[in-house]
Amino acid sequence: MTIFIPTPLRPFAAGKDAVEVSAGTIAGALDELTQAHPDLRKHLFTSEGKVRAFVNIYLNDEDVRYLPAKEATEVSPADTLSIIPSIAGGN
Amino acid sequence: MATATLPIELPELTTDDLSRYSRHLILPEVGVEGQRKLKAARVLCVGTGGLGSPLALYLAAAGVGTLGLVDFDVVDASNLQRQIIHSTADIGRKKLDSAEEKLKALNPTLNVRKHDTLLSSANALDILKDYDVVADGTDNFPTRYLVNDACVLLGKPNAYGSIFRFEGQASVFATKDGPCYRCLYPEPPPPGLVPSCAEGGVLGILPGLVGVIQATETIKLILGIGEPLIGRLLLVDALNMRFRQLKLRKNPECPVCGVHPTVTSLIDYQQFCGIESASEKQSAVKNGIPQLTAKDLKKRIDAGEDLFILDVREPFEYQIANIGGKLIPQNDVPQRIGEIDRNREIVVHCKAGGRSQRIAEFLKQSGFLNVANLAGGILAWSDEVDPKVPKY
Repeated sequence: MTIFIPTPLRPFAAGKDAVEVSAGTIAGALDELTQAHPDLRKHLFTSEGKVRAFVNIYLNDEDVRYLPAKEATEVSPADTLSIIPSIAGGN
Repeated sequence: MATATLPIELPELTTDDLSRYSRHLILPEVGVEGQRKLKAARVLCVGTGGLGSPLALYLAAAGVGTLGLVDFDVVDASNLQRQIIHSTADIGRKKLDSAEEKLKALNPTLNVRKHDTLLSSANALDILKDYDVVADGTDNFPTRYLVNDACVLLGKPNAYGSIFRFEGQASVFATKDGPCYRCLYPEPPPPGLVPSCAEGGVLGILPGLVGVIQATETIKLILGIGEPLIGRLLLVDALNMRFRQLKLRKNPECPVCGVHPTVTSLIDYQQFCGIESASEKQSAVKNGIPQLTAKDLKKRIDAGEDLFILDVREPFEYQIANIGGKLIPQNDVPQRIGEIDRNREIVVHCKAGGRSQRIAEFLKQSGFLNVANLAGGILAWSDEVDPKVPKY
């Protein structure tokens, strides 16, 4: 599946805007992503390993927090995972 | 359908109105009735910068009767790359005066209300209560949460937009049954983690794209037509020119719009966003790092003190302006730490003080004993010490 990396986090993912992973669940996909790009880990997870409150993760167009199985949800190669951090610019 | 709450008695259209708005009047979805709704409508634009410029211009052109503008800033040369409501001749003028002039030139019957202030918990409810729709075009997290909470408490829809570099987000928050900003992001990021447009840059056209989306949503809310961006987050990627949308849900546990709200009045948003108060700032130590003002640094250099000035910006920034520090871009510091003299006092600086604070904390953790941060960065140096150092 494809994981889309937002602009603020690209410096921690070798500048890439998307990363391909082959894991079977959302948690597995995020694990694969942060193993390939360890600098991303602290931006996505708290020290207890929970996804940070100001980062939202979407499977296709659905917020992972609202999926019944949450991060244990199974994924297929055609799915996309989007990381959406909060941004505040406007000036 | 979600609509803005408008007065029951709508104003009549004048002969001038009929000719000016003829392209609206022949649209069945707008018509005379819709144009009268626009004339009755009162919209508050929070900020007259990147997003606020196109937003206010289009709303004025479309015939919105009353536009409120909130801003306390003056026009700076670096604004003109994107803040199209202001012109070169306006540099140094209050943004409110500059914006009012352009809007009245475009549409002389427009009623402009100027709120020359920083929106705060003390004044937000009083300012917002007289408007039908709020369009949030601010540039910082505390004001984002403040506008959201005030909109929820007052029941005013919020046409939201935000931008960063090449990406934007837009949605409509705080309608009766729709989600609010806190449903999307319950907590703000810690200060310094997400750079502002001043630190991270922004493509000048991007606020045009996103501000016009906010204007479109505002008009739809007033007219009660179409499908507003309620419960949807629109993502704009200007670099790939890709528009995507994600589903947003109203969080039943949301502290402000949920079933059992715990936030029932406005709070201290600086504190909520982890930003220290003025009294803490005076103590001039942040996370164990002394904060040096530009004036103090100048005095100490002039006194001949042996300081190691470390500039952690990028090489292209150094080319634009520098104060002669040793350049090691922030991401290179861990590998090049050997180039920093442990035996001297280190003063770290960047553009505005955010990146340098993080690097100063990193150096302290790496065993450097004497590390300070230049508060406000090279921008403060330009303001307080040497105006010949260009601001960018």
